[in-house]
Amino acid sequence: MLSRTADSLFWLSRYVERADNTARIIDAASRLVAMPIAYAGTSNEWESALAAAGALWSFQERHPTADRDAVIDFLAFSPDNPSSIRSCIETARHNARSVRGALTTEMWEAMNAAWLELKRYDGRAMDRTALNDFLSRVKEACLRFDGSAYRTMLRNDVYFFSRIGVYLERADNTARILDVKYHVLLPETVSVGGGLDYFQWASILRSVSALTAYRWVYRQSLKPWLIADLLVLNEQMPRSLASCYENLSAFLDELSIAYGRQGAAQRTARSIRTRLQNASISDIFQKKGLHEFLSEFIADNGRLGAAIAEQYLT
Amino acid sequence: MAGPENRARMAAPIWAEETMGTAFDEMTGPDGSSRPGYGFLRKWLESTPPEMLALRRAEAELLFRRIGITFAVYGETDAEERIIPFDIIPRVIGKGEWERLSAGLEQRVRALNMFLADIYGPAEILKAGIVPPELVYRNPYYRPEMAGLKLAHDIYVHIAGIDIVRVDDRDFYVLEDNARTPSGVSYMLENREVMMRLFPDLFAENRIDPVENYPEELLATLKTVAPHSAPADPTVALLTPGPFNSAYYEHSFLADKLGVELVEGRDLLVHDNVLLMRTTEGPKRVDVLYRRLDDDFLDPLTFRPDSTLGIPGIMNAYRAGNVTLANAVGTGVADDKAVYSYMPEIVRFYLGEEARLKNVPTWRCREDEARRYVLGHLHEVVVKEVAGSGGYGMMIGPSADKATRELFAAKIEANPENFIAQPTLALSTSPTFVDAGIAPRHVDLRPFVLSGADKVRIVPGGLTRVALKDGSLVVNSSQGGGTKDTWVLSE
Repeated sequence: MLSRTADSLFWLSRYVERADNTARIIDAASRLVAMPIAYAGTSNEWESALAAAGALWSFQERHPTADRDAVIDFLAFSPDNPSSIRSCIETARHNARSVRGALTTEMWEAMNAAWLELKRYDGRAMDRTALNDFLSRVKEACLRFDGSAYRTMLRNDVYFFSRIGVYLERADNTARILDVKYHVLLPETVSVGGGLDYFQWASILRSVSALTAYRWVYRQSLKPWLIADLLVLNEQMPRSLASCYENLSAFLDELSIAYGRQGAAQRTARSIRTRLQNASISDIFQKKGLHEFLSEFIADNGRLGAAIAEQYLT
Repeated sequence: MAGPENRARMAAPIWAEETMGTAFDEMTGPDGSSRPGYGFLRKWLESTPPEMLALRRAEAELLFRRIGITFAVYGETDAEERIIPFDIIPRVIGKGEWERLSAGLEQRVRALNMFLADIYGPAEILKAGIVPPELVYRNPYYRPEMAGLKLAHDIYVHIAGIDIVRVDDRDFYVLEDNARTPSGVSYMLENREVMMRLFPDLFAENRIDPVENYPEELLATLKTVAPHSAPADPTVALLTPGPFNSAYYEHSFLADKLGVELVEGRDLLVHDNVLLMRTTEGPKRVDVLYRRLDDDFLDPLTFRPDSTLGIPGIMNAYRAGNVTLANAVGTGVADDKAVYSYMPEIVRFYLGEEARLKNVPTWRCREDEARRYVLGHLHEVVVKEVAGSGGYGMMIGPSADKATRELFAAKIEANPENFIAQPTLALSTSPTFVDAGIAPRHVDLRPFVLSGADKVRIVPGGLTRVALKDGSLVVNSSQGGGTKDTWVLSE
């Protein structure tokens, strides 16, 4: 397969995953902001939404204050933000078009329909109902694309690259959401467990659609270390770092079998996965600190991306 | 429209007012009878109510949109969903007619290839005084880089699209030889797919030669012309300028059907004079590149230095004989309209035969007497730029206004060698389903001729283009033309 084709597939998946993720971040932030301050706390939810989406700096370059309309416009619609939902869908569709031969008809139609549908929405003057509608359509479009990939693609390198894109992006997104929220809620000076705010924590789970999953897995009230455990170490949780790396290792191994050789990408993924498998959440909190652990993880995840690009995509 | 008094009239097809009674109609002879091979079509048209035709036309459009042929035109901010209008009434060519035509096409393309091998080699035809040397050496498409280069199998034009018109029931005229990167073959294939879905009965009841094996024939052709050093099963790739090119749909369609990689310049590199593509399994050698990118953009080290679409060094790999480019570099000199006017002589010179396909009589404005005639008859002739294509840079005298005629007169005076003129042909017409009903419309035909090391392959059919506007002679899709499926009858 052409490296450019693999690159386009990889980024196509990443952009779809990113659009889905940003939609969830906006969704969770809007819910929290709608609550009385007594429940939601006084932190600027919009600013942390920007941080979770990795867009705080580029936002601040353009806007003095992080108010609702400006943030929603920036995260969902702005052409100035290459990771805004609209930019993600545009780029994904462009990539899909340039590798149309490698996609199944169902995937192409799902992508093209999403693009046609979502470009009808006007970012300006969007009230809450319209925003909810927009966000749920984004989520549906991403589900449809992902589902059509799962149901229709041949299980060959084309599929492997598109899956690798999904999990690499997802791991990055989950780590960022957790890191940003953790920081907001628990500055280093405050001990773990103190100052827990149920609604803030619920909001984290909501932004990775894991509120129900938490209840099923732990069957108890929300506790920060269990939330971290769910999102970092639990392989059953499809958005956890551990689950992402289980999949990344598996698909990279599939590639190495298909091509008859392996390299830095496989080794990097395996070593990150082993570290996650051997970690316990109490060690993470007590020995290293969650923030340091997540920062390191985000950097490692970036290194895996670079190794994949070096080995296959250029 | 739906009133009861209308219904009786609607039950039979509407034969729209004949406005082009003077042109040769391919279905109906001068005495009103059906021409050979057209009987079934006439019967079908007469027994099919226009509502049904309209319904089928709507279905066809839906199919084209679903297939995605709509994405041929792509704006940056908004995808322009333009589709080339498709006429559901097929154009029919009888078995005997096709045999004559394809023999003529094969002869013509053989001569074109021999001409190119000659002018980039010993230049016998110039020494013999058949073609004036300045027409070749001062031609903008002549590539000095090709001089003295020995190509694998001596083939230059692997894929030719020869534009054919008729004016009577005897002769086929060549309007243009497209020897660079002719396009349109995806329409030939898609038109047939759509027709087979819409009218399975017509195909079952009539023996119509298939065209669907075109990709297979193309791949076979490309593999035969691989460099001598290539492995037995050479690697073929298709080079596209990219998604913003108006023919991108065709490029991706063909790559898909051929089962070869669709590459852009940035996917390729040249190392040790070998062309390589970057794959997920490391660099892989390319032996034959079917390139849909003009010469100018092919290699920034040799041609336009600002080209970002090409591959630096590919001309070195080419000259070293490590890769075959299809078509070869520098073929444009053969489809130039001034060289075109010498084609009967060119055929005779290389093959010792008379040309089977006629040339449209051509006045070369570079010759004084011809120029005087053209300038005196601008209201009658068609003037073309020698290097123009796609219907651009031409003037149709009878329909041009005074200002346009004066503009062209000035252009010709200033730069006579840049122009030729031809009589305005009454192109043949074919029944076409237009708003007013079924009416004759002017058509041309672009069959695709494949030249391999082993033989010449021509799939029976081609792209029929139709001028949808009443009286119009311009069939180019960029100027309001449509397409039809072309049926070559087996018996």
